[in-house]
Amino acid sequence: MYSDDFLYTKDHEWVRVEDGEATLGITHYAQEELGDIVFVELPEVGTTVDAGDTLGSVESVKAVSDIYAPVGGEVIEVNEILEDKPEMMNEDPHGDGWIAKIRLSDKSDLDKLFSADDYEAYIKEEKEK
Amino acid sequence: MTNRVRRHISIDEKLLFDQATGNRSSFELAPLDVDYPGADRLLPRELVREDVPHFPELNEVEVNRHFTRLSTYNYFIDLGLYPLGSCTMKYNPKINEKMARIPSFAEAHPLQLHENTQGCLRLMKHLEEMLLAVTGMAGATLQPLAGAHGEMTGMMLIRAALEARGNPRRTVLIPDSAHGTNPASAVLCGYDAITLKSNSKGCIDLAELREKLDENVACLMLTNPNTLGVFEENILEISRLVHENGSLIYMDGANFNAFMGIARPGEMGIDVMHLNLHKTFSTPHGGGGPGAGPVVVGEELLPFLPVPVIYEKADGELTLDYDRPASIGKVAGFYGNFGVLVRALTYMMRLGRDGIKAVAEHAVLNANYLRHHLQDVYHLEYGQPTMHEVVFDDRYQEEFGVSTMDIAKRLLEYGFHPPTVYFPLIVHGAMMIEPTETETKEELDAFIETMKQIAAEARANPAVFRQAPQALRTARLDETGAARTPILTWQQARES
Repeated sequence: MYSDDFLYTKDHEWVRVEDGEATLGITHYAQEELGDIVFVELPEVGTTVDAGDTLGSVESVKAVSDIYAPVGGEVIEVNEILEDKPEMMNEDPHGDGWIAKIRLSDKSDLDKLFSADDYEAYIKEEKEK
Repeated sequence: MTNRVRRHISIDEKLLFDQATGNRSSFELAPLDVDYPGADRLLPRELVREDVPHFPELNEVEVNRHFTRLSTYNYFIDLGLYPLGSCTMKYNPKINEKMARIPSFAEAHPLQLHENTQGCLRLMKHLEEMLLAVTGMAGATLQPLAGAHGEMTGMMLIRAALEARGNPRRTVLIPDSAHGTNPASAVLCGYDAITLKSNSKGCIDLAELREKLDENVACLMLTNPNTLGVFEENILEISRLVHENGSLIYMDGANFNAFMGIARPGEMGIDVMHLNLHKTFSTPHGGGGPGAGPVVVGEELLPFLPVPVIYEKADGELTLDYDRPASIGKVAGFYGNFGVLVRALTYMMRLGRDGIKAVAEHAVLNANYLRHHLQDVYHLEYGQPTMHEVVFDDRYQEEFGVSTMDIAKRLLEYGFHPPTVYFPLIVHGAMMIEPTETETKEELDAFIETMKQIAAEARANPAVFRQAPQALRTARLDETGAARTPILTWQQARES
């Protein structure tokens, strides 16, 4: 379920880094918890964020949740398809349902993220809590 | 358990647009006995339509039946328990309506001269005084038209007060157990909202608060009791820490029903709070109300209150004071929703000091009665003592594939309005129940029996939940479809 090529956050987001560019989205667990996603507010391309800043929000039939920047840097691309098809985040959260790409400003931000194994242990703990 | 729901005639009703046949009227006017030059002579040409849109033309019987039929589809507080948590859906005594219909109030015009509206001004002044007495604050504005509008007004006052001190600061701390509108109000006033995570008791974590209080923090915005129904037991220490940091405290007063008449926010160090007259003070709620969200403030914020402020001259005459240079300005047309103010004052005067206290006591007692009888069949995430509401969740039902949404839909079939669901967000699958003080023991018992019955069904026959509510005129709605592709107008509906 959770690929070793990705890193994960405690806010249930994933990050995939290629050539200093971080693609991010919400995890399968997150979309399952949210239920049907009906609207997504994307960040603007060109915005600079620090790790932990609010990037946008996801609205499901149950709730509105913030999307946090898992790493700091400049937003270089957003997945505009989600504006018309927010259900992509339910259907393919780790693929076509990606949210944004950030050009990493500080690689050490990645050190704070979970590996796939750590993340699976974390959600197991969340479920049992 | 006997199911108290029976079949009842419910007649399908078309939209007015779809049933209009034309050439009918609900009243007749006498023939015009003056020369009518035509609309294009009386109005600027660009404002006169050439095509008159298709307006429905119906007679009085049709109009009356239309709205009466629609009203039978409704569920409302006059019909039964309405346990929406944090919404305080209490019964609205009919004497409130009687007072609001007194012609001197109902027909007063906001542009009348003050000499002619002394009674209305006195009523507003009296309501302000009563709200100040019950909150322990120094000044009030009755203008805001809803709770969230009150929040925004309160945050504008905080910004104004901090600007006057020299620095408006940048952030607002908001616990994750606060109302959902709080972060929006902070952002509207130009602040960044920072979330404070609750501790294991569902309260503000003092260590986390200390860590996040820095020179950027303008204000802590808290809901007390919070959305778990838990009273912030460290409120005095919290307000000491916040004030020591040069920050202010905003209290969301939506849950004031839990302790009014017993404790006063002014004595807890609160600098500003709003009150929801349509919750705590029994004015109509839901369906657009209209609401009223008066804001009460401490001494420091007095100069910034919205204009006009009601002012009593030495001879006892009331007037409206607009000459307040530090004021944030007007926040509503005229003086707010005056008719709502009449109802709220009626409610407070009828109850008196002891009655207001009894309201809070019974609100807490009723919620704890439900908690006591339901805690074995529904899971409680936080075991802390709770006040006017209690938050259960679907943990015990999850293993049978039955969710909070299913339980809510099934409740409809048994003739109850469901509780608030999936809020607060810190409880997975939350069911937030607030019965209010106006329910009888019999109504509470009927709700308890129904909730127990539903828990038993979840175990024995989860299939019954899949399509619930079958018994209603509209079965399970496609909420996802409605949110993704909303059809909001008649035109859209016709084209879809």
